[in-house]
Amino acid sequence: MVRKEGEMATIEISCVEVWREISNYLNEEISPEMRERMEAHFKACAHCTAVLDGTRNVVELIGDGRVFPVPDGFSKRLYKKLQKSP
Amino acid sequence: MTESQLRNNEAELIKSVCAGEREAFYELVRPYERMIYATAISVVKNPADAEEVAQEAVLKAFSHISAFREEARFSTWLVQITYNEARMKLRKARPHLYESIDHQEPNEEGDLWPKDYADWRPIPSELLEQNETRQAVQDAITSLSPTYREVLVLRDVQNLSIKETSTILGISEPNVKTRLHRARLLLRDRLAPGIDGSWIKGQPYRKARAW
Repeated sequence: MVRKEGEMATIEISCVEVWREISNYLNEEISPEMRERMEAHFKACAHCTAVLDGTRNVVELIGDGRVFPVPDGFSKRLYKKLQKSP
Repeated sequence: MTESQLRNNEAELIKSVCAGEREAFYELVRPYERMIYATAISVVKNPADAEEVAQEAVLKAFSHISAFREEARFSTWLVQITYNEARMKLRKARPHLYESIDHQEPNEEGDLWPKDYADWRPIPSELLEQNETRQAVQDAITSLSPTYREVLVLRDVQNLSIKETSTILGISEPNVKTRLHRARLLLRDRLAPGIDGSWIKGQPYRKARAW
């Protein structure tokens, strides 16, 4: 393969290596090289793409704020307690 | 409000609290009610206990406000107090269990293999309006071991930084990353059967995915 100067080949990585980094990938806590390798892998691997999408969905789902709703009357009771405190 | 405006605003309120203005403390805590409650429930698991812990934590924060150091964020400080209160409650309620919970170190060596490769479509936000969905997600989170659950709640539910999470839990930053990663994959596997509707009570098994 003839490569232009400065152009790097994307080194293939395995599914296991991809899974190890999926969380860091979603948090953008990986090197640009690793990102590029993972993206090349996702293009070719439906399983890893499914794991990525599912994990991203889970992160969005639990970060929604509606998952642990504060019980009704919580604020009221809290401030009553505070008022009574010495 | 920018981060520095927020901090200045909070610093002013804290000064007022120290000068004896109780109302200022209400104002200080109000934006973090949800955060305090979610932290508590991630440790003690049930809503009644979580509310009690939240109240105790807020009272403690109020009486110890002079101990607050401005290099920390007020929210982090509050979460840390809540977290400690919640652990204390657990220890009192179940001393025999507490020992094992506290020292339980799940095997963090080796790789975690996803069990499910189902193709998930983006989750519509309306789905969380349904009690069943919220309950399923809550159950999946509370079914995680405390080691994973606590990191997951601080990072992904509360959106605290790696550094803040590491300070609150007293674990290293790489450890926060590893635990978060495993918690997310475990949660994904636990929620995956639900996408066929099987975790919604009374729903027959559906081939069509809920999202």
